[in-house]
Amino acid sequence: MTQNPDKNAARQIHPLEDLVRTDRLPHIWCPGCGIGSVFTSCLSAVKKTGIPYNQFTMVSGIGCSGRGAGYINIDSFHTTHGRAIPFATGIKMARPDLNVIVFSGDGDLFAIGGNHFIHAARRNMDITVICVNNLTYGMTGGQAAATTPHLAKSSTTTIGNPENPFNLPFIAYASGATYVARWTMLHARDLADAVEDCLLRKGFSFIEVLSPCPINFGRRNKEKSLETLRKYHENTIIKNDANPAELDIDYSKGVILGKFVDIDKPSHDERYKSIYWPEEED
Amino acid sequence: MKKAVLTGEHFINGDVACAEGAIAAGCRFFGGYPITPATEVAEHISVRLPQVGGTFIQMEDEIAAMTSILGGAWTGVKTMTSTSGPGFSLMMETVGLAVVTETPCVIVNVQRGGPSTGLPTMGGQADMMQAKWGSHGDYEIIALAPSSPQEMFDLTITAFNLSEKYRTPVFIMSDEIVGHMSEKVVIPDPKKIKTISRPKPAGKKDRFKLYKPGPNGVAPMPSIGEGYNIHVTGLTHDEKGYPVMSVETQKEMMDRLLGKIRNNLDDIIMTEGYKLEDAEIVIVSYGVSARTSFTAVDTARKMGIKAGLLRLITVWPFPEKLIEKLSKKIKGFVTVEINMGQICREVQRCAGGRVPSYLAGHAGGTIITPDEVLKVLTEEAF
Ligand code: SF4
Repeated sequence: MTQNPDKNAARQIHPLEDLVRTDRLPHIWCPGCGIGSVFTSCLSAVKKTGIPYNQFTMVSGIGCSGRGAGYINIDSFHTTHGRAIPFATGIKMARPDLNVIVFSGDGDLFAIGGNHFIHAARRNMDITVICVNNLTYGMTGGQAAATTPHLAKSSTTTIGNPENPFNLPFIAYASGATYVARWTMLHARDLADAVEDCLLRKGFSFIEVLSPCPINFGRRNKEKSLETLRKYHENTIIKNDANPAELDIDYSKGVILGKFVDIDKPSHDERYKSIYWPEEED
Repeated sequence: MKKAVLTGEHFINGDVACAEGAIAAGCRFFGGYPITPATEVAEHISVRLPQVGGTFIQMEDEIAAMTSILGGAWTGVKTMTSTSGPGFSLMMETVGLAVVTETPCVIVNVQRGGPSTGLPTMGGQADMMQAKWGSHGDYEIIALAPSSPQEMFDLTITAFNLSEKYRTPVFIMSDEIVGHMSEKVVIPDPKKIKTISRPKPAGKKDRFKLYKPGPNGVAPMPSIGEGYNIHVTGLTHDEKGYPVMSVETQKEMMDRLLGKIRNNLDDIIMTEGYKLEDAEIVIVSYGVSARTSFTAVDTARKMGIKAGLLRLITVWPFPEKLIEKLSKKIKGFVTVEINMGQICREVQRCAGGRVPSYLAGHAGGTIITPDEVLKVLTEEAF
């Protein structure tokens, strides 16, 4: 027999209460959505670094994941469609000491914001980009994204997607990112560790996080939330240092997770400083 | 570290003067994207900023350039970008974000002929309406129109000051001719340059309201890292800065946004009058076209026409009251501008049908000569 919690016990403080804007709850994410879990992993990582919270800032674009910035209780910015990365770049250029996190979705970062992503990676801008990839445009109602699988259904590809999706880690790698990883929202611990790694290192870091959108992607593609999680559990392979070219998302072959790139290279601000402010060098 | 204010006399072009003005005003971050005829602003400031402890980045496009200066601005730094017509169009979405989030920044548009690629190396003044209405939604904007390299320096400082004071993006609506024209520019002693910085908050950090306005309708602005835990969004938001989707919140926010400009018109609007006292015909002009207009007024006077000039230094917000007042005591207006009648329409609107209003316009590519103005003045109009 189960027992109800003691009514008179002191209120349990949520371990992340200091990092959540509790005055903004409830959040907008649907039941069964993965964004909340990804967000939690991200907040735990921020906490675990031990770095004072006022040295972090979070920037989001638009969409369901783009609401992340609205729930973290640090200086945070909810910007325009696709522009989180250039906004973050401006912050970093003006205050290189800040730890800048971009938290947004695949639609925002890779379609409308694709150009900004590749250039920030090329520059090795010292920011951490966390992309919640749910294979669709969730907030606008499940249209095709740059990540929607070929033949998958969406509200703008009702018979099947004629296009090919991006392999995001491959783009990141090819563009010059110095840290590239992929996890799913089910791999909460690995994900939190990866985010922590990124926050503590210099350079452009990219983490793709696979996450279900049961409402707008799952429904159209006959996939229940739990089935998606089962796929994340059963049809994924952890293979660190895998070849980025082989990271296409195909659950029939198994989707590769892990840390694929971790290179030490001077970040943009380090280079700018050494070239343009030479007298400041020790 | 080199000097931020290069006190002395210089022979430089308008674009370079603008960059120097920005640095003198305290600008320490510039996100740019090259486009003729504004490129020299970015080139010059890319050299100068690191000399004074600032940073420069050439972004991948104008959208990114504009967005980067907003990010920079929230760190407490004064920021700027420059562009020309096509780039200005790309920036417009983010201009809206700057307006709604009340982010101070300066955007220089060195105008060329348009539409589209138009006349990249030749002047125009045809983005004036885009400056007012280019972004979506209702908003008020501040736009200044320099007529000389000296004013490119001086008004860039003014633009930063207005932007900081009212927490709003400010446009410098220059043009190719002023941008590329070299003249003597006098840079004063730093002590003589008045610079304004955004109002800063004080008091309890945990109960801080990001958009609670001060006495002049403008809210104090904290920077990232100061411990206010701010949330900034482009969504309609309440005084705390939190999104609230309601008719009431939208109204409150819009009243505050529009009000801080509309209730301070006297402080923002700058004009220059020339022989206006007894004028029967008033030329309205701005930017490079105003230079032509001075000569036109003098020539007209010699011909016995009582002409005067109203030079708009601030183009937006528009000096409605002044035009209205003039319209009650003169015979008519002639607007001189390098476009097919953008500000002319505003003059007509404010003249309210009391007196006629004519255009001495040009499709773009060159200046308007005094003769062209006189032709309209004597043959077409009056
Ligand atoms: S629409 Fe999809 S992505 Fe958006 S909150 Fe709902 S489940 Fe999550």
